[in-house]
Amino acid sequence: MSVSRDQYNTMMGRDPYSIPLEEYDMNQPEIYQANAQDKYFERLRKEAPVHYCKDSENGPYWSVTRYKDIMEVESNPEIYSSEPTIALADPEEDFDISMFIAMDEPKHGDQRKTVQDIVAPTSLANLEPVIRERIAGILDTLPVNETFNWVDKVSIELTGQMLATLFDFPFEQRRKLTYWSDVATCIPGPGELVETREQGRDILLNECLPAFVELWNQRVNEPPKGDLISMLAHGKETRDMNPMEFMGNLVLLIVGGNDTTRNSLSGGVNFLNENPDQYAKLMADQSLIPKMVPEIIRMQTPLSLMRRTATRDTVLGGQNIKKGDKVAIWFISGNRDEEMIDNPYDFIIDRDRPRQHLSFGFGIHRCMGNRLAEMQLRVTWEEILKRFEKVEVVGKPERAYSVLVRGITDLPVQLRPIAK
Amino acid sequence: MTKITFVKHDGEKFEVDAENGTSVMNAAVDNLVPGIDADCGGECACATCHVYVDETWFPKTGGTNDAEEAIMSLNPDRQETSRLCCQVPVTDEMEGLVVRLPEFQF
Repeated sequence: MSVSRDQYNTMMGRDPYSIPLEEYDMNQPEIYQANAQDKYFERLRKEAPVHYCKDSENGPYWSVTRYKDIMEVESNPEIYSSEPTIALADPEEDFDISMFIAMDEPKHGDQRKTVQDIVAPTSLANLEPVIRERIAGILDTLPVNETFNWVDKVSIELTGQMLATLFDFPFEQRRKLTYWSDVATCIPGPGELVETREQGRDILLNECLPAFVELWNQRVNEPPKGDLISMLAHGKETRDMNPMEFMGNLVLLIVGGNDTTRNSLSGGVNFLNENPDQYAKLMADQSLIPKMVPEIIRMQTPLSLMRRTATRDTVLGGQNIKKGDKVAIWFISGNRDEEMIDNPYDFIIDRDRPRQHLSFGFGIHRCMGNRLAEMQLRVTWEEILKRFEKVEVVGKPERAYSVLVRGITDLPVQLRPIAK
Repeated sequence: MTKITFVKHDGEKFEVDAENGTSVMNAAVDNLVPGIDADCGGECACATCHVYVDETWFPKTGGTNDAEEAIMSLNPDRQETSRLCCQVPVTDEMEGLVVRLPEFQF
């Protein structure tokens, strides 16, 4: 359901520097849909870097907005717990799915270790030619010189194919993975992908879970192989997971590899079009792609925040945080922190130390798939530049109605092929 | 200045002069030694500066700290003499230190 903002202090449409700080509430999807978050966070970083919001759609919470403070939270997981959830909304009592991103040690490490081989360097080296072939297949079928939605035809298609590969999921049904990922992350409401939370839950429990249970039952009776389902079915720490834990880790792996990469693929096209000088720089020197990729990921910041929960009373940035308080660490803000990043609002494809950004988080929960994500983006751009002079944005990008997922839903483009 | 040798998994060697007081990670990054990304900039928070210290040298690096253990324990390829080299300060006693660069970081 769409929440009436009258209940809370609406941020949108108000001057960031006139709103009293105590009325600040960054947990409002309208802000991100309008891509209007920067000025609000800039003020918080300057004037209230560890800020308490007394009430929001998901209750009271702290906002941590400076790079260094976010690092401090990420480096102290025993104080800032990832349980019970990493979203500001608390888990529903009757749908408490459990995933290792939202676990503390030792369970987090045990479960994570079971699946992380799939993104180990040797696996990545084996995956790269597969990815390249699939990307080439997609790019070669795109229309040229006519308008289409890059998000649908490239970003979603590519990430869907990759997920199907990683799970060894029936290839022709790959869009189901995209669909379930969207169901898991969307904000329910009239006209949205699902109308109510219950509907979303039913889809995951009655469609997604049985499909994967079937694959699990197949793989558990086969010798172990390199896909994620087989890894979970044979892994010592995961083979006895209950259905909700299985479900949770599936959703984590699907969402982790879906939205994030998808939106970075779209974001890159958009940033290059907004910065023609950088596009020209790239065309003149394609060896910049590996440096450009982390810069795209910084600028996009595919996940705006993670939530932690204080396990005891503590002090952060001079503020007294109480045991049980929700603490939002805003990567989207830390990635624009002037103190740590020069010209943080500028997209610069040949920055020094481009990997110094918060998009993957830091510490023990740091994104497991970070090098896979970078590889997918790098290979995609290598293949794009082989074929197209320009991927030209020809209309206004539409953005997702979400606080957590910083997404692009529509990106109208036309392709200009390289003259032969 | 202290001489440190980084040995790539394929045997290629990189000898650098490290400034005392900085970290072994800094010495690698400043001298463009491959395989040390140090994404977090030395905060013991990303585990991308993992090295295997030669056994004889390991005691001189001072042993791992808790934060380092926590993050390295997630890595199936960690060894007895693994260190995150951002946590290893360069000192006079390290003249001639040899560390190996694990294949998984390439």
